[in-house]
Amino acid sequence: MSKLTIGCFSSLVGSMTLDFAVKLAEAARKKGHDVDMWLSGNGTMLSKKGQRSFKDYSSLEKTMTELVAGGMTVVACEACAEARGFHKEDLIDGFGRKSMDWYLASCFGADRVLHIGGE
Amino acid sequence: MAIKKISFIVDKLPYKGESSRLALTHCIASQTVEIHLEDDENVEPVLAFVGDGVLNCLKNQDAAAYGVSTLESHIKNALLTDIKVLICEEDVKRLGLSEDALIMDAEDLGADMTSQIVPFSEIMAEMESSVHLMYF
Repeated sequence: MSKLTIGCFSSLVGSMTLDFAVKLAEAARKKGHDVDMWLSGNGTMLSKKGQRSFKDYSSLEKTMTELVAGGMTVVACEACAEARGFHKEDLIDGFGRKSMDWYLASCFGADRVLHIGGE
Repeated sequence: MAIKKISFIVDKLPYKGESSRLALTHCIASQTVEIHLEDDENVEPVLAFVGDGVLNCLKNQDAAAYGVSTLESHIKNALLTDIKVLICEEDVKRLGLSEDALIMDAEDLGADMTSQIVPFSEIMAEMESSVHLMYF
């Protein structure tokens, strides 16, 4: 079993990049790997609870909640989230909020890092 | 002592998006990463500007119109925290820039480190010797 760290910087609505990252994380978990997911920049949108599911927009809250319940670690950048008006009480249950050094520390201990940049 | 080199590669323009700013803030975060690691572990960051990303390194930036801190101040903070800053020589030439136009030091902040204008082959060598690459 290996550890994969995925850094996501793309927005939830506006691209399918986060969808890809979540599918990748899901596949890695199914294979038994540990996964840390870091959400920064516009990627922090994924951490906000209460997102309404529309047919025309991505909605990953249910999938992410299941992945976190299954042991995946998801952490949003607190500065990026605060800048976008996402506060601690707005986080999906089980998600974390930390500063950027957490991401580097996760990378330090990872076998592979996938850094998925922003727009 | 376990040290892992992580390269931050920036090829995005300044102020067009958030990418180059995120590259710098994440890179500078290596200053405090040790609080999450064991005593003998640390991250060695390398920050390299390539392509249009070298325009992040221009001196005398003024972001007052946007009310945000400049990328210049972030680059100087990177030098202050002893981060190796590399600027691609070929792209500097391609864009008609001179060393005088670029942020080569942060002496005003008391930094000892200076930026280095290097051939792309040296940046490649840094990437090849890195454990992880972060491309912004």
